[in-house]
Amino acid sequence: MSMLDDFLRQFINPYYIQVLMLLGIYLIAALGLHLITGVTGQLSFGHAAFMSVGAYGAALINLHLDLPFLICLLAGGLLAALAGVFVGFPSMRLAGDYLGIATLGFGEILRVVFMNLEITGGARGLAGIPRETSLLTIYVLVILTIFALHRLQNSRFGRALVAIREDEIAAECMGIKSLWYKVGAFAIGSFFAGIAGGLYAHLLQYLNPGDFGFARSFELLCFVVLGGLGSIPGTVLGTTILTLAPEVLRFSSEYRMMMYGLLMVIMMIFRPRGLLGGVDLMRLVKRVLGSRRRGTATPAG
Amino acid sequence: MDLQTLLQQMINGITLGSTYALIALGYTMVYGIIKLINFAHGDVYMIGAFVGLAMVVMGANIWLAIFVAMIACLCVAVTIERVAYRPLRGSIRLAPLISSIGVSIFLQTLMTLMKGPQPVGFPKVITNTIYTVGLVKISTVQIVILVVAAVLMIGLQLIIKRTKMGKAMRATSEDLHTASLMGINVNAVISFTFALGAVLAAAGGVLVGMYFNSVFPLMGVMAGLKAFCAAVVGGIGSVPGAVLGGLFLGVAEVLGVAMGLGSYRDAIAFGLLILVLLFRPSGLLGQPEQRKV
Repeated sequence: MSMLDDFLRQFINPYYIQVLMLLGIYLIAALGLHLITGVTGQLSFGHAAFMSVGAYGAALINLHLDLPFLICLLAGGLLAALAGVFVGFPSMRLAGDYLGIATLGFGEILRVVFMNLEITGGARGLAGIPRETSLLTIYVLVILTIFALHRLQNSRFGRALVAIREDEIAAECMGIKSLWYKVGAFAIGSFFAGIAGGLYAHLLQYLNPGDFGFARSFELLCFVVLGGLGSIPGTVLGTTILTLAPEVLRFSSEYRMMMYGLLMVIMMIFRPRGLLGGVDLMRLVKRVLGSRRRGTATPAG
Repeated sequence: MDLQTLLQQMINGITLGSTYALIALGYTMVYGIIKLINFAHGDVYMIGAFVGLAMVVMGANIWLAIFVAMIACLCVAVTIERVAYRPLRGSIRLAPLISSIGVSIFLQTLMTLMKGPQPVGFPKVITNTIYTVGLVKISTVQIVILVVAAVLMIGLQLIIKRTKMGKAMRATSEDLHTASLMGINVNAVISFTFALGAVLAAAGGVLVGMYFNSVFPLMGVMAGLKAFCAAVVGGIGSVPGAVLGGLFLGVAEVLGVAMGLGSYRDAIAFGLLILVLLFRPSGLLGQPEQRKV
């Protein structure tokens, strides 16, 4: 437990701290999916499965090998990346919706396997994971993830991914080996999902295969699409709104999830490209700043 | 497994599979026309089961219950299409998909609020006698399911192949824009497709409720996903493919359970899905997609 958490606990309801921590975890996972779906344009309905690989991986390594937390977390992430490569290679023969369907199938199979394995505790779930995650760790990792993805998107690799999203055939003609780049994107996106999974395991101290079903995968996809495909601020905004919405809608008690579903439909109808879809935040900020500067320099006109 | 068990399991599998096929047809027709995976379809099936149950409780016979469920689901599906999908036509592909997930959450919660999360039993509507035909046993309920499914599928085939609306549907699924240029009212065709899919799913819902004697708000989730798998395995967009895929998955699931893979029951359909996709990416009866530059 970090000092910061204990400090905050005096002012903020511990429940809200827990919500904020979960928000951070979903941010990391959603940012991973952002790279796969938003940047590279590959549909994935199985992102929660990669989260589960990271979660079980990190938790089991911690329970059986007793390594430091950060190493467990990293190992979980790497295992998830490996799973991403494993799923990525055969799936890349499939395009568009078929790829999404294959990842959905993979996710469901993995859930059933975790439900039946001895080492993962089966359907009873895996209990007794030490609580190592703190608000500080999570948000440091969120910032690192955003930084890493921002750098990645503006690199040669990232530009190749965007080229594949825009037109795969044209990208191939330009000498981009799309298979390698797509599998690469899958591996990196899954790595972040794995990290998020590891944090999740060490926050809730209990894992159940049911936590990582297709419903969670869809939820993550909704975060990315509702925020604005291909935009990091969009993903952050989408995740934040949809994670906090059920808390804000708590006043409507049992109608909460109904309103949540309704909210998704309404948001989609009014902003079909996502909240920040097609909005370049950096350019917007620059324009606002620029116009202000111009305004002061030439007041007469 | 001896021959008798095998044949018996085949009958059970075909019964289960024909209910999957009834749902899968709705997925495949909608996908064929507007390229949308309609995740709310499984919930339309669930609503069909609840309406059928309500009718039976009120004293209706099974045929009336199925008919009323069909009408109710038709209205629900056409409304969903009008409210949640039509405004999104022409925007990015993922937008209606997310909207359909929203609708699905909405319908599940609505039903949970109205009826509670626990499964409700289905009253006995037909006297269930078990007939022995040769080596296998078949119950009245199974016969009803098989006959209703077969009649509906033949009816669907006639609508698609013989009527003017069917021709318009085929033209629209070939090319939506060209079809609209030829004077086809594309919006009407799409509404009609949703209506047809919902009618089949409603029948499937009532039949499954009767077969497994349980109706609950989340019943559409797994059934919908498996039916969707069936549509993809058969070749999405292909009507005979959906039927074949449904029967194939139903038989595989029942045989898998009979061979002692019971705890992996839900993974069987998805495993087959991945296998089929790897070797025949467009499904068993699907047309390979042409990549145009």
